[in-house]
Amino acid sequence: MSNNSLGATARRDLWWLEPAGTFAVLVLFIAYAAWVGLSGTHYEWGPYLSPFYSPLFKPTWWPFSPAILVLIVPLGFRTTCYFYRRVYYRAFFMDPPACAVGEARKHYEGETKLLVFQNFHRFFVYLAVVFLVFFVIDDIHAMMWPINGILPNGQMAPGPKTFGIGLGTIIMVLDLIFLSFYTFGCHFLRHLVGGSLDCFSCSKTKETRHGIWKIISKLNEHHMAWGWISLGWVTFTDLYIRLCSMGIIHDVRIF
Amino acid sequence: MDAKYTTHEFDVLVIGAGGAGLRAAIEASANGLKVALVCKSLLGKAHTVMAEGGIAAALGTVDSRDTWQQHFADTMIGGNLANHWQMAQIHALEAPDRVRELEKWGAVFDRTTDGKGNINVRHFGGHTYKRLAHVGDRTGLELLRTLQDRGVHQGIEVFMECTVYSLLKKENRVVGAFGYFRETGSPVLFKAKSIVLATGGIGKLYRVSSNSWECTGDGFALGYLAGAELADMEYVQFHPTGMVWPPSVRGLLITEGVRGEGGVFRNNLGKRFMFDYIPPKYKDKYASTEEEANTWFQKVIVEGRKEETVKERKPPELMSRDVVARALWTEIEQGRGFEHGGIHLDIATRRSAEDIKKKLPSMYHQFKQLADVDITKVPMEVGPTCHYMMGGIKVDPETQGSTIDGLFAAGECSAGMHGSNRLGGNSLSDLLVFGRRAGLSAAEYSKKIKTFEQIDESELDQLNHEMNRPFENPKGENAYAILSDLQQVMEKGAGMYREEKGMMNCLKELDQIKKRLEKVSTEGNRMFNPGWHTALDLRNLLIVGEAITRAALIRRESRGAHTRIDFLNYSESFSKTRVIVKKSAQEMQVSSENLSQIPKDFEAELIAKNILNEVVLNQLRGKIAAH
Amino acid sequence: MRSIRLKIFRGTSNSGEFKEYTLEVEEGMVVLDAIHRLQATQSPDLACRWNCKAGKCGSCSAEINGKPRLMCMTRLNDLPVNKTITIAPLQTFPIMKDLATDVSWNYQVNKKITPFTPKSNAEWHWEQKDIDRIQEFRKCIECFLCQDVCHVLRVHQKHSVYAGPRFFVRMAALEMHPIDSADRLPFLKTDAGLGYCNITKCCTQVCPESIAITDNAIIPLKERVVDRFYDPIFILFRKLFKKK
Repeated sequence: MSNNSLGATARRDLWWLEPAGTFAVLVLFIAYAAWVGLSGTHYEWGPYLSPFYSPLFKPTWWPFSPAILVLIVPLGFRTTCYFYRRVYYRAFFMDPPACAVGEARKHYEGETKLLVFQNFHRFFVYLAVVFLVFFVIDDIHAMMWPINGILPNGQMAPGPKTFGIGLGTIIMVLDLIFLSFYTFGCHFLRHLVGGSLDCFSCSKTKETRHGIWKIISKLNEHHMAWGWISLGWVTFTDLYIRLCSMGIIHDVRIF
Repeated sequence: MDAKYTTHEFDVLVIGAGGAGLRAAIEASANGLKVALVCKSLLGKAHTVMAEGGIAAALGTVDSRDTWQQHFADTMIGGNLANHWQMAQIHALEAPDRVRELEKWGAVFDRTTDGKGNINVRHFGGHTYKRLAHVGDRTGLELLRTLQDRGVHQGIEVFMECTVYSLLKKENRVVGAFGYFRETGSPVLFKAKSIVLATGGIGKLYRVSSNSWECTGDGFALGYLAGAELADMEYVQFHPTGMVWPPSVRGLLITEGVRGEGGVFRNNLGKRFMFDYIPPKYKDKYASTEEEANTWFQKVIVEGRKEETVKERKPPELMSRDVVARALWTEIEQGRGFEHGGIHLDIATRRSAEDIKKKLPSMYHQFKQLADVDITKVPMEVGPTCHYMMGGIKVDPETQGSTIDGLFAAGECSAGMHGSNRLGGNSLSDLLVFGRRAGLSAAEYSKKIKTFEQIDESELDQLNHEMNRPFENPKGENAYAILSDLQQVMEKGAGMYREEKGMMNCLKELDQIKKRLEKVSTEGNRMFNPGWHTALDLRNLLIVGEAITRAALIRRESRGAHTRIDFLNYSESFSKTRVIVKKSAQEMQVSSENLSQIPKDFEAELIAKNILNEVVLNQLRGKIAAH
Repeated sequence: MRSIRLKIFRGTSNSGEFKEYTLEVEEGMVVLDAIHRLQATQSPDLACRWNCKAGKCGSCSAEINGKPRLMCMTRLNDLPVNKTITIAPLQTFPIMKDLATDVSWNYQVNKKITPFTPKSNAEWHWEQKDIDRIQEFRKCIECFLCQDVCHVLRVHQKHSVYAGPRFFVRMAALEMHPIDSADRLPFLKTDAGLGYCNITKCCTQVCPESIAITDNAIIPLKERVVDRFYDPIFILFRKLFKKK
């Protein structure tokens, strides 16, 4: 009685809504990220730097958009992330499209053959943590405003700088917070700090590691939520800075 | 070989794969024998999984005052001295080792919080000190899973979804068993040198029951039909707290752990009534006022202080099950119950929502999912439910041997350990202690037997024909209708409260049901046919029902779970006897025999240590008035 | 009292079809109650497994309106009762009869797992925090709904090379036990086929005991396997310091 053609199921609910929705959202994001990444323009305004271009690295021998050099890290991090794997295996590969729903694919190797590279997620995690440091630096920069103001072309006017906060600063700081919650709720970090231990009470160090493990475990429970929120917010952050830079909207200086 | 029937040969055949059966099989197999384990369900689904509260064992990890002697005394007083004292003693002595052994096999008990990392124990009704090793409220599952994994890696052969229909005998010795596989319906013969019965309870005999379909008294009936003596059959325990709504889950158990964590009963007047129902034997041990009980609750449960440092006594909600069940029944009978005919059990006003979810997770889910009731916000509505059979196959206290050679029994289907009322937590320890002993004795017995006996094929043909009868009978009544009537008859005639007239009537009705059962018919074929299975199980239930009623008729006193409206007091003469039921050529034969008494010097020692109380003993022995 | 319509699979692995029934039901009934009433009134030979009727034994697994669930924990109220309710046996396992399936494969897999092996010099003391993780895994009632819904088994039929979520949970409980000394990682990587799991989390979604199978059992095991077999830094570190 088993019928395993794509979409075969006795489910009555709108099971296709979730994969279809995720598919749409991810396609939109990828398209936006590709356009932003390849454009090589409008990624800066005043003290703000788009997270897509951070850390800003513009070697003279590189003819293309500088984003391509750095985007590989967040993209790799998210692509190999356990949560995103779940999402795109379902929405893109339809492996399965939803629970108890038939698939098209006849041949299945899971993560044993080609996808075995997913096991190297941890190296992207290390880099992603380093990137968080860059974002901290970006956020500090976003609080340093030139006394002489921002020029009409979005460049900082020459001269000394002073502490200040604009709406964009807040958006960037929120971006850092969301990204941190997402990054530090990572399954690999959870494993690294304590998950690999079998006994937590066996030594003082292990007790400490258990404490950190518990915090990460809490974040990890909401890894999916932070994954989506941070994805949306990073896009919004770029969009905000981009629109400022294009002169379509104007940043509000709060302090 | 008997070519006609699939035949297996085993040194030891264990019937029933709950805790007792598994423990027996493990022990027999550890002695190097070839062991088969037969069970009606899939392995690991036995009714043991329903045990929630814990395993009673005087580990002394939390309350250092606890000793095996105290556990023994609690068991005897809880059982109103109707226990076989020697079984209670062996049980109290060996239970701690069995618990620690379980841990060595991979069980993961909750731990103490004192930094020593020992097995944690909790309070339970009738136990003087904290004594129940537990895993949240799913201790039975932990025990069963641990034994299951131990068993399958030890080379026990498991025959799942296989029902034994009859034991086979040569003279006074069991030589095998005959039954059928549920899936295919095909008959199967097990030749065995010894057999351990560990088939569990009889709950399906009553309408409101906490038991699953499996609890149809198979072991009692198989033993009885083979000629083994049954003892203490009048003692059927009704658990005070079963769910009462929705109707489809009526009877489903609510763990005593709810009260252990601070839950209290209230009637529809809002009164916490348990203080009115403290029997003399518990007067010294339980709080007499709400204030005292609340202070104890605050200090011991909320603040987690050691009980020995608290001068207040425990709340009376923690008394033994027979007492609490009677109290609830009385309140409901006298019209102080709630809309669905139950009493309120309130934990919501006593503990924080977070605590309740942590300490009683499966209760929380059970109510949320089945009744749409949030127990962290509103009280549960509860009422008594048939829960446990104290009586069963009469066994030797040390070997668990029945009155038939080579036939052993352990767990719920054996008699003696719990007397007239079982304390919570004592069943899991019972099945570990006596399951092991039964397995050991069966192994030793089998080692002495050299060969398997030839089984007469015509006997098997006869049995197979008997099993087939529901298909051959002309279309008539189906088994479910008969089962439902049987349950009504038992509830009315031999339920929580009994009297002579009602029981006489019950026997007559049972007789009529027996006649109807002969004509029962079933649709379909022998392949996985629940209607047919029920028809065959009914034979067993009827035997047990009759045994309960006849034994209850004989005992003209009230003791523990056996309450006679026409004889409300303890009787001195009955305190020294136990009722025996046995098959004879015509009908069920009922007699009484002397109940072995605690040796005088041992009793004196316990009285001197203040573990037993002479006045209480005399009350229970009917020497001085107790009610 | 109101009446509902049920469509139930009747038959064996050789032949079978969905049959329709109409049944009177009452307030508060679960799907298993409806099946029982059918047995008592219309179809006594309807095969279905059940035991505790309280979500504690994991016997009455079935696919209700296409979703793997326990029949005893699914209230009729929660289903669209004005439409026909479909009840089918678990799809991943061979059908025995009607709603009963042959789940014996699971028991064979279980036998292959190295049992609990305490360290010889173990001290039997540990704290609650050491076992919180394991206790979650040991809540498993072996209803095999996770095995049923896992597409590696359900669709791709990898029974011979893959153990399934239930047994990853079991192995996680053993691997994370504070005094267990056995090493199940090679088994996990090869015979148990941990790599086939693509963490799509359906097992977690259907678990009636709410065990976070994917996040707490499977992914931590995957990470342990990576430590052992894939991460060059960890491998080098182990070689240098001869840590096992």
